[in-house]
Amino acid sequence: MSGGTSLTVNGRSHSIASVPQAILLDVLRNELGLKAARFGCGEGLCGACRVLVDGRPVASCDTPLWSVSGKAITTVEGLGTPDAPHPIQAALIAEQAMQCGYCISGIMISAAALLAETTEPSEIAIREALDPNLCRCGAHNRVIRAVQRAAAEMRASAA
Amino acid sequence: MNPAATNPAAAPALPAGLRATPRLDRWLAISAEGHVTLSPGKVEIGQGILTALAQICADELDIALERVRLLPAATASSPNEGVTSGSLSVSECGLSVRQVAAQVRGLFLAEAARQLSVATEALSVEDGVISGPGNLSTSYWELADRVSLAFDADAAVRPKPPSRRTLAGRSAPRIDIPGKVFGTRPFIHDIVLPDMLHGRVLRPPRPGATLSALDETQLSEIGGLVTLVRDGSFLGVVCRTEAKADAALGRLASAASWTGGFDLPDAQNMPSWLKSQPVEASVVDLRGEGPGPSAPRRLVRHYLKPYLAHASIGPSCAIASWQEDQQGETLHVFSHSQGVFNLRADLALVFGLPENAITVTHVEGAGCYGHNGADDAVLDAALLARAVPGRPVRLRWSRADELVRSPFGAAMAIEIAADLSEDGAITGWRHEIWSNGYVARPGRADSPALLASFDLEQPFPLYISQDPSLATGGGAQRNAVPLYDFPSWRIAKNRLLTMPLRTSSMRALGAFGNVFAIESMMDEIAEELGEDPLAFRLRHLSDERARAVLERATAMADWGNASVPDERGRGIAFARYKNTSAYCAIVAEIDLSAQPRATQLWIAVDVGEAINPDGVINQIEGGAIQAVSWTLKEEVTFTRADVTSGSWESYPILRFSEVPAVSVEIISRPELPPLGAGEAAQGPTAAALANAVHAALGVRVRQMPITRDRIIAAMEL
Ligand code: FES
Ligand code: FES
Repeated sequence: MSGGTSLTVNGRSHSIASVPQAILLDVLRNELGLKAARFGCGEGLCGACRVLVDGRPVASCDTPLWSVSGKAITTVEGLGTPDAPHPIQAALIAEQAMQCGYCISGIMISAAALLAETTEPSEIAIREALDPNLCRCGAHNRVIRAVQRAAAEMRASAA
Repeated sequence: MNPAATNPAAAPALPAGLRATPRLDRWLAISAEGHVTLSPGKVEIGQGILTALAQICADELDIALERVRLLPAATASSPNEGVTSGSLSVSECGLSVRQVAAQVRGLFLAEAARQLSVATEALSVEDGVISGPGNLSTSYWELADRVSLAFDADAAVRPKPPSRRTLAGRSAPRIDIPGKVFGTRPFIHDIVLPDMLHGRVLRPPRPGATLSALDETQLSEIGGLVTLVRDGSFLGVVCRTEAKADAALGRLASAASWTGGFDLPDAQNMPSWLKSQPVEASVVDLRGEGPGPSAPRRLVRHYLKPYLAHASIGPSCAIASWQEDQQGETLHVFSHSQGVFNLRADLALVFGLPENAITVTHVEGAGCYGHNGADDAVLDAALLARAVPGRPVRLRWSRADELVRSPFGAAMAIEIAADLSEDGAITGWRHEIWSNGYVARPGRADSPALLASFDLEQPFPLYISQDPSLATGGGAQRNAVPLYDFPSWRIAKNRLLTMPLRTSSMRALGAFGNVFAIESMMDEIAEELGEDPLAFRLRHLSDERARAVLERATAMADWGNASVPDERGRGIAFARYKNTSAYCAIVAEIDLSAQPRATQLWIAVDVGEAINPDGVINQIEGGAIQAVSWTLKEEVTFTRADVTSGSWESYPILRFSEVPAVSVEIISRPELPPLGAGEAAQGPTAAALANAVHAALGVRVRQMPITRDRIIAAMEL
């Protein structure tokens, strides 16, 4: 079986050569060269591979390509750039909110999904939204502060 | 001013790294384009070392931080600074960089003085521009081609006094963070080389098992398979893509049959298992004659720490390429190893190659807290690459292998006996440990310590983990000697000579278990005597810096006055890491209404000079949160045949919803040498939580992890 699945990734449409049974994470990293989504467990249990599918955070490591055919995928590369960072990216830098940073791509995706829903998340809501993301380095509290900062930025610029 | 005159602690000797690699140009280069390139032997493991080194260098040279470029540690170019571990990166490497930069500054000023015909004393430097009286000026960049750095480091050169540093001591933003936020800074898993192939390795299903048969018919029609590699019980595949390699690995698993394997420890009865193994017994330390044979009152308590997994979020990964040409065979690898030179030494042993035929270059991996699978993955990749000479092979472990086949932090049984006089003074203290050693790192012996080397057709003997001497930090015995003013003690250790579960360095080594035991015991004695745990500790502690962190942490938490909600409790604990490094005191609050959950930690630390205070806070907080996870949740599980904690479901770690609030204060001592912060909070966190459980429920849990079941079991005792 050959490819041909169509996918919109970070606003660009692609016709994917990988077979429909291919794993989305593998397609993103190895076919499209988008390396920000990371392999952590391959079992949907750590969140390192999270991407947005039509705005919802999804573990790309256990998502078959066919199941996202025709949908819009956003990876960290599509969230923002150094010149035009997403508020969560700017806030993570401002709060110096990581150690190794291996977990941080998946965390940004979860946070971006939350912030798209509400710019007034409670601390409990933030912890809940990030609960699928594991961090071994103990950067959690700084990350929470960064999400709060990003939310405040978004409120301020909407006002 | 001679800083040595005001700082008697700074002896005029070169730091160890400079004694090993004295040439200045091995450490630092200045370019005409306006950059300073540093080549440290230590590696970034998420601890912010690169930023701290850049700060030190920029400070000493009087240049902007942005001008400093850092090269990755590589056997081909870097000074050999051993392993990045034991919280020594800043104290060892930082002092070397400071010394080198100070001397380089002097060489440039001398040249500038010659060029400008003025005395060096008349010159000043601002962002690399060297100015003299009137309009006289030049710069490092203009002089770069004229000043030779082909000199050895000179201990007589004195770096700036602390008061004249402007960057060190300030919280500089980490230089690696923007690239990680925008997904542009590669981890090793992201590196693609021309013609690269992908490897996977099938580990024996149980430690020590050997391959008895391989049904090759099942492998015949694997698409994309470039080659199968079999060497004794080492089995791996090389494929054109990662997806094919994963698929091939699945086929390989069903085609392989195994036999034998080690009997694993008795999980239900760890203390007796540990105490029934053949051991090397030694006395770690003796104060006075040691405790006498009898005492009016003697308290004896037994504590247990389980095997712990590193549980890096990113599985171990390596890239290797094997070359064969007229000059012979060479091996080039990229690795997230903590010690590129030590790894090279072990690779040389396995392949029988001279060390200069091998290069190891560091590339960042996921956060690393000791000797995980990073080095093992390199041997795996190299064995595969040897089968496809000329083509690089990138190899990645599975999540299960990362959790099960990386070395563990050793399980420890600890027995403490305290002798009390009639009037409640501690007159004698005994501390005895039963544990595997804590160090089985590569490059330490004449036999390799890399996992696959034990499985080859010509196998190397299983490397049994050792403990360094206490003078070099110790292993299982790290922090076993109390810092309290007891009049006599006997500290003893039994290092296991069997090792069915492979153990090696993990953050804080034995300090995690020993401080848990000592600081739990201190509370148990205080309770026995009806004393406040803080007052009781202070009564036995004359070290001023120790008292200061305890007093600060308890003040932060309003110890003794704060009202603690129902079903919660607070505990304190203290340690000076390794008894020679950072001081750390912690107050922990725990909520026991459901599964035990840490709600808050108040932490005071003294790390001597804090080069990057925000970096220190980040390290301490990260370490404490990881220690909460170890203490309340983590335990490697196993049957007599195999380890069963191979996924995040069977080896859960602390999640966002479970993380306590953490406040950290640094007691600043810019005049004292910098001490590493990475591991100081581990032991105190564990004991403070155990003491908090006792404060809430009156129940003493002496076995980690402190789960609801363990608390209930302790109640029933
Ligand atoms: S890698 Fe997808 S959840 Fe872990
Ligand atoms: S920062 Fe290392 S895993 Fe989160």
